[in-house]
Amino acid sequence: MNWTLAFGISVTHLITKRKQTLVAMMGVMFGISMFIVMISFMTGVNRFMEDVAMDGSPHVRIYNPVQVKDETILSGTDNHKSAWLVVHHQRPKNDLPKIKNAFMIAGKIEKLGAVKGVAPQVSSQVFFNNGPIQVSGTMSGIDVRKQKEFFNLESKMQSGNLDDLLRSADAIIVGRGLAKKMNVEAGDRVSITTPQGNTLVLRVAGTFAYGLSQFDDAKSFASIATVQKILMRDPSYITDLHIKLNDYTRAKPVAKEIREQFKIFTEDWETANSSLLATNKIRNAMTGIVSFTLLLVAGFGIYNIMNMNIVNKMKDIAILKATGFEGNDIVGIFLLQSVMIGFTGGLLGILLGYGCCSLLAITPFPEGEFFRMRTMPVNFDVKFYILGLLFGFVTTLLAGYFPALKAARVDPVKIIRG
Amino acid sequence: METILQASRITKYFREPDPFKVLNEVSIDIKKGEFLSIAGKSGCGKSTLLYILSTMDTDFEGSLKINDKQLKGWKQNQLARFRNENLGFVFQFHFLLPEFSALRNVMLPALKLGKFPAGEIESRAIEKLQMVGMDMHARKSASRLSGGQQQRVAIARALINEPLIIMGDEPTGNLDKANSSIVFDIFRKLSQDNHQTIITVTHDPDFAHNSDRIIEMQDGMVVSA
Repeated sequence: MNWTLAFGISVTHLITKRKQTLVAMMGVMFGISMFIVMISFMTGVNRFMEDVAMDGSPHVRIYNPVQVKDETILSGTDNHKSAWLVVHHQRPKNDLPKIKNAFMIAGKIEKLGAVKGVAPQVSSQVFFNNGPIQVSGTMSGIDVRKQKEFFNLESKMQSGNLDDLLRSADAIIVGRGLAKKMNVEAGDRVSITTPQGNTLVLRVAGTFAYGLSQFDDAKSFASIATVQKILMRDPSYITDLHIKLNDYTRAKPVAKEIREQFKIFTEDWETANSSLLATNKIRNAMTGIVSFTLLLVAGFGIYNIMNMNIVNKMKDIAILKATGFEGNDIVGIFLLQSVMIGFTGGLLGILLGYGCCSLLAITPFPEGEFFRMRTMPVNFDVKFYILGLLFGFVTTLLAGYFPALKAARVDPVKIIRG
Repeated sequence: METILQASRITKYFREPDPFKVLNEVSIDIKKGEFLSIAGKSGCGKSTLLYILSTMDTDFEGSLKINDKQLKGWKQNQLARFRNENLGFVFQFHFLLPEFSALRNVMLPALKLGKFPAGEIESRAIEKLQMVGMDMHARKSASRLSGGQQQRVAIARALINEPLIIMGDEPTGNLDKANSSIVFDIFRKLSQDNHQTIITVTHDPDFAHNSDRIIEMQDGMVVSA
């Protein structure tokens, strides 16, 4: 078949039916642009959620959770062998949250291929006192250099200097929400009370903000040595190991590997944030359904218009066939028309989609309690635009194919004889 | 003179709404260069016969040979190619593509055949338009031409691939006297000067009488040849 000829005829048809062509193109354009806005926004939200989850927790965290042991203290004795031992309302054992041999384990984990780095922490519940009020929160002793290198703490700083934690033993940085509650700024002093009743006065060296109120309203950081001192523990006392991986999607298998190798409790970021991330799945499903519907509607629009077009062009089709055009030529002519509509509509659609996404990306987001984001999260990914164009192309190809087949089956004798 | 078209014992039924025998064992031989008219009353089957001869209607019994090729049983696409190369059509309603210029309409069958480059096809098309006296309207949109003018363009289109046979279904049926005689004169000239084979179905007695041979049909049969 002769594509140049078919192309020439298609273009003439499209140009002479300018209005109809335009309407069909607009159908595709809106379909594709909405598809792009939808997927960009949804994946933007998903990514934002993942970022929040990732900020809040390390890829893999090692700590000693509070747990009730199955075996009782009596199981160590001999006389239970012929008897049942039942202990009602067993209490958790008074285990220290300390990780045994933490530094040795950290060193070994750091040598694993998938691991980028390990940062040890000492964490404890504390009360912050500023004047008469008491605010509960947590205090974590951190290795400042590692925290900077692997967890990007510096970028979360709102005021003050993170390095002060290295320089002085009485420095602390507090979350933005916490600072606001106590009405303290960098340079002010707060007193800290531990669950054991020890009190220490520390100087606020700065504030940080993760954008997640559960963190910013409760967390504070100091150096490991400072926290160990408040808790009156020795320098080997480490409660958490925060592990950063090279590839965060592999957190689950790596966490399992570490758990099995070191017989130690591990928690990956997905598990730690499962409720936050569950909504991602819902959003993905919704995006899929809506996108499919949009494309289907655009496709039916094209189908309708092409069908009408073919009914209007019956005579032309008959004469083309009478003068020797084959069925394939006719399919080509009408298929090319829908593909051109689809392609042009798709191109316009990705432009409009980009425009809408750009507007959405500067739309302010009302600041809530849970997250702190300034504007709607939009994911500008070239992939979506290519996908949109491709979908537009495929949908119109399908929608145009059946009317074109119908055109090719026109019996010229019937039309010409009337 | 050699036979260019040979139809033998062609029988055709219309199935809808009731089975009806339109053509009853029609046989005709047409010689090269003949200017032939098929005449007869409405419903005698003359148009039906023409569409069978034109290869567009393949639903018949009997055999059809054009230029020594047995066309019965060919596939639609093969027949389309055959028509493109060997047959030219002129219909009662001129059937030009309204979106295209007169020139482009004439060029289309040749572009489809693809025997010559586009430039040469264009000059050939202008030549054909000159032959029917329409060269000055070549660039006009087909929808802006009058009925007579459109019919002349349709004749030029029928000629573009130098077909063996030109077929006309009431080519003057929709035209006034002046235009009818212009169209007839063009056919006459083609037949005399170019020895073109022409088969037309016509109601117009003048048209029929001025052609070389008349085939009279009645009730699906040839009554005089």
